[in-house]
Formats: sequence, structure tokens, C-alpha cells
Amino acid sequence: MHAENEVHFRDAAAKALLDPQLRANFRRAMDGLITKRKAQFPDPRDLQDLRDLSTAIRSRSLLCLPELLEQLEASCARNGIKVHWAETCEQANQLILGILQAKGAKTLVKGKSMVSEEMHLNAFLESKGIEALESDLGEYIIQLDGETPSHIIMPAIHKNKDQIARQFSQKIKDAKYTEDVDELTAMARKVLRQKFLDADAGLSGVNFAVAETGTLCLVENEGNGRMSTHVPPLHIAVMGLEKVVARLEDVAPLYAILTRSATGQAVSTYFNLITGPRGAGEKDGPQEVHLVILDNGRSRIYADPQLRATLRCIRCGACMNHCPVYTRVGGHAYEAIYPGPIGKILTPQMEGVGVRHDLIHGSSLCGACGEVCPVEIPIPEILVRLRREATHDDMASTVAGKATGRTATEDWAWRLWAGVTKRPALYRVATWFATRFGKALPANAPLIKNWTQSRTKPVPARRSLSERMRAEGASHE
Amino acid sequence: MSSPNSSAADSRSAILGRLRAAGDSGPLPALDTAVLERRQWSAAERVTRLRKGMEAVHTEFIEATPADWPAVIRAFCEREGLRNLLYGPTSEAGSALAAAWAPGGPQLKPYDRPVEDFKQELFGDIDAGFTGTVGGVAETGGLLLMPGPAEPRLMSLVPPVHIALLRASTIQDSFWSAVKALGWGRALPPNALMISGPSKTADIEQTLAYGVHGPKRLIVVLVDDLK
Repeated sequence: MHAENEVHFRDAAAKALLDPQLRANFRRAMDGLITKRKAQFPDPRDLQDLRDLSTAIRSRSLLCLPELLEQLEASCARNGIKVHWAETCEQANQLILGILQAKGAKTLVKGKSMVSEEMHLNAFLESKGIEALESDLGEYIIQLDGETPSHIIMPAIHKNKDQIARQFSQKIKDAKYTEDVDELTAMARKVLRQKFLDADAGLSGVNFAVAETGTLCLVENEGNGRMSTHVPPLHIAVMGLEKVVARLEDVAPLYAILTRSATGQAVSTYFNLITGPRGAGEKDGPQEVHLVILDNGRSRIYADPQLRATLRCIRCGACMNHCPVYTRVGGHAYEAIYPGPIGKILTPQMEGVGVRHDLIHGSSLCGACGEVCPVEIPIPEILVRLRREATHDDMASTVAGKATGRTATEDWAWRLWAGVTKRPALYRVATWFATRFGKALPANAPLIKNWTQSRTKPVPARRSLSERMRAEGASHE
Repeated sequence: MSSPNSSAADSRSAILGRLRAAGDSGPLPALDTAVLERRQWSAAERVTRLRKGMEAVHTEFIEATPADWPAVIRAFCEREGLRNLLYGPTSEAGSALAAAWAPGGPQLKPYDRPVEDFKQELFGDIDAGFTGTVGGVAETGGLLLMPGPAEPRLMSLVPPVHIALLRASTIQDSFWSAVKALGWGRALPPNALMISGPSKTADIEQTLAYGVHGPKRLIVVLVDDLK
């Protein structure tokens, strides 16, 4: 099975590399985001202190995770928020369907939520006759085209305004063709305002959930998150179980580093704290608020001390913005809910290393992702670990699909390598042949072919290091 | 066959069971909050910083005194040709505004009914909403609001213009110090929020556009009460 899946990323990436428009769209956007983030952290000491503090807060939250989740549930119940638990995406979808059906809801407006993407919630609800409309402008744009997000913060980053102008003029009723961004935004505002007004229910993600106060925090710029959670009579929030923190105070540094890392903003337009449904005497706000806590493999990741660091992620997307691979191929090439470096470690952990064997190899291991991560997730180290898990079954771990990425060719090549390097005489003969005749090896020879397709063929030196040492001596010792 | 309720309870105990089985993997890391404590400014500097941060994201400021702010708001509404202004009649700022509002000209509209009786009018016929604030944040620029019975949530969201009253003396150094000063970590109303500017998006080719869903303009009436 893995062999078939293995080529997904390679093929999709090769295709993306041939699309100059896509490459230009991503390059421009990522370069801009890198510059803006840098400008937000002028003092390296402040940045490191803030990263250390944020990492410590997330690590503490994870150490106490079961207790904090129970505390969150109790605090939410006290505030009138109903908490539900789902082990799988299917279960979460069924729970949400049940909540909507109990209220007779037929239309749902959604704020941005990557967990709902993970659940394929929109398709599920539509199959049950419920309209699920994305209201974040980027999500709305891609939903019109039947696409998935290509970035976790900027879902429509792969499109330019000409493409969006064409799409709006074709798909929005009575829309005229314009490339003016303000006019395009106004068109979406008009359509979506009516949807907010009419919707039976609203759905949102959760950036941070505060155990002590039972508060759901939402970070956004557009106001669609507030619209979705304040206007309809029913609000459903979905979150991965790792999103909880102990105290509201903990949220302040995480929020500060999130917006700066993500889009280079010191602060977002709205930071919304939802602690309950419409209270006594309140004239607006939802009558009911539900929180769905999703596991979907997270408790398995949690069980491993090294892999647990993955759950520190605050979904800022900085690793994508700084990744040389992501910048060149874009988010869709990963064919995963979470693209880029964090997706490369998260997806195989959720779905198994065999199933998404291709992803863990789609990295240059340059380390930029780990360097920029605001909560110091060692992404490169975890990638290397998962590469080993994909081909070996010699570690006690909970990673699914161990050793299923092993191929006969690779096995053979490494065995040959080990056999030669373990025998000094054989090694000397092999290097003698490689230095004398390596140049003659054709570029399309097996194993070399994959490398030389897009690179110059490596040519061995004319003499090996030991030969030169013998001949020249170590004169500069 | 289990009922939906018992299966939900099963999920809960299964998830928590797995997390507990993983056990602790080390001591709790210490929290060094020095980086947050470094943010401290004088009252006058806080005003300057807040203003700079919010103006950078298109918030507009109007200066006023503790005595003349209702007149300043009235003059703004007239100047901008606003037909009406939504306010909370039982809030402190709302009742002060109403007491000073002369008849004629822009109309003050009270938000005094449940939104269900009022939705179409709110979305279609209101030009601006007026709210108070419970503070501001100097470090990044932001207003702190606590909507509730006296000042409903949608007043600062649905009308195309949001006018907010900010007293200079209520500006805190950072969001972190504001959370502590306001006691938000102990108890919160159903909704509280920080707003730094008008609704905005950069989803179309990274080009900033304002007023995508919420207000197109945010006007801060800054009351100088530091003297």
C-alpha cells in the first residue's frame, strides 16, 4: 500500500514546480511574511525569552493535560457550555450532526477551523442535507472552487487576484468582473452578511481553551469568527484536545507570539473570549454553546515523550512560511490537511508512517522550521525519528505503520554499503574503482537517476582522501 | 447497542484513560515571565503607544475631555452624515451620551430589545454603534470590551462604524497586565474581547482590505483624564 502512496508528494511536487504562476504566488507571499515576522522581533533577547516562556507554558499544559481537560469541562459546565468528547473524526461529525438536528438547524456558518478540515465536516454535513458555509474570506474563496486550504493561516494564498476576480464573476450571482480587491471584498461581505443573518448555527475553532475560567479564545482579523459565534442562536466550537492551557494569563504570551509568528502582526483585529452562551439579561449571543473535544490520534502522539512536543503547536504556520520546500511547491502538493513542516510530522503520526511515507522524505532537513517555531518543536529531529520508524521496527513506540516504508532496493543498497565499509580491504578496492571509473557511470543509471533528474551528476574525486594522505602526507599538521 | 450518551461517556473515559496511562514525563518547567514584566511605561507614554499601534491598523482617534466627549461624538456624527447611532441605554457611557444628546439631527437608537426582534434593522439600517471600553492595551494597541446586558455584543460588530469611548487612565501596559488588573483570570462574563482596529483581511493576494465582515471604521474617542 505504501508504494502507491509514496509517490503522491513526489508527483504533486514535480507538477507544482512546473507551474510558474503558483510558484510566483507562493514566493511573493512567503517572502513578505518572513520580512514582516522579522520586523516584529527586533530584539533577539526578547524573542528568545518569549519563545522559552511560550514553550514552557505549552509543555506545562501538556504535562497536566488530563487534569486540565477535566478542569476545562467542569468550568465550561459551570458557565453553561456543554462539552462533548470524540475519539474519532467520524464520532465528532456525528456529535455535531446530533446537536444541529436537535435544534432543527439546516444552515451552518463557519469560522476558520483546521480541526473541522481534519474531520471533513463540510462534506459530511452536506451529505446530511445541512449547508456548511465557510465565512473566512480565504476559506470562502476556496470553498467556491471546491478546493482545500493550501496554508493553515492563509487558505487561499495559492491564488492571485485575477484568478479570484474570474471566479467571483462566474460564481457569485450578479457579480461583475473586477480586479479591485476592495470591490471583491465588498462582494463577499454582501453575500456573507446575509448568511450570518439567516444561519441557524455557527461553528468555530478554538485557538486556546482556558481550564480555569472555561473560556474559548478566538484569534481573528475579519470578524467572521465573532459573526459566526454571536449571531446564530447556536454556537458549536471544535478543538483538538491539546489546545487547553491552565490560566488566562498563560494565553497572553502565546497570543503575542502567535500573531507575530503567523502574519507579522503585533496583534490581531479581534481577540474574542467566549465564556458562555447568552447570559441573564443579555440581548444577543447564542442561546446554546457546545464544545467538541477531538482526539483523532492525539492521545497516541501524547504517549511518546519525544513525539509529544508535536502537540505544543499553536498553528501559527511560521514553519511553512520559512520552509524552502513549502515555498516552492505550495500547500496542495502535500495532499494532507496540515501541509508544510508541521504537517510532515503531524500527518504521519495521525495516519501512520507507512500511509504517508512520502511526506517524511519531502524535507531538506535544513532546520529552518525548528529555528523559527515559536514553541520550539524540534521538527527536524522528529522527522528523522519518523524516517527511522518508517523503515524499522526496533523501537518501543506507539507510531502506527512501523517498518511499512521499507523497500527492497533501499535495503539492498544499505546492506551493500554496510558490507563494504565494514571490510577495509573491500572498501579500498571499492574506492579505487569509484575514483577511477565513477565518472563513467551514466547519469541515468538506476538509483542515480532520481537524483540526476533535476541535479548535476556528482563526480567522485580522482583520488580518495586516504590515497592523497599517503601520497602528500599531513604537512599542515 | 449503546445509546449516544453512553458512547460519549465511553469516549471521554477512553481518551482520559489513554492520557493518564502516558504518565508524567518530567518535572513542570518553570515559567520565567521577565519578558512580560519588562513592558512598563508612564501613563502618557501608554497613550502614545496605544495610539501608534492602533493608527497603524487604520483606527481613527478623536480627542475629547471628560466634559465634552458627548458633544465631540455628536459633532463627528453630524460631520460624517450618520443618520443614527446605536447605544446601550443602561450602560454608563450610553446613558451619559443620551443625557447630553440634543433633539434633531442624528438619531440615538437604543439597543433595548433581544436581537431576535431587531435583526433586520440592526443589519440593514444602523449606521454606527457606540460602546464604552473597560481599558486599553499600550504595548500593541487595543481596546478591551466587556459586552453584556447593558452593551450587547453585536453593537461593536454589525454597524459599519464603531465608535468607542476610551479613558486614557484605563490604558494598561500589556494584554498580560490588563488580564491581571481587570481580574479576567478569575472570572469572565460570557463575552469579553480586545479590538485593535476595523475588520480587515489580506486573503486576496496579501492586499489589505478593511470592513470585510465587521465595521469598516473604528473611531476611538480618547478622553484625556490624566490631569
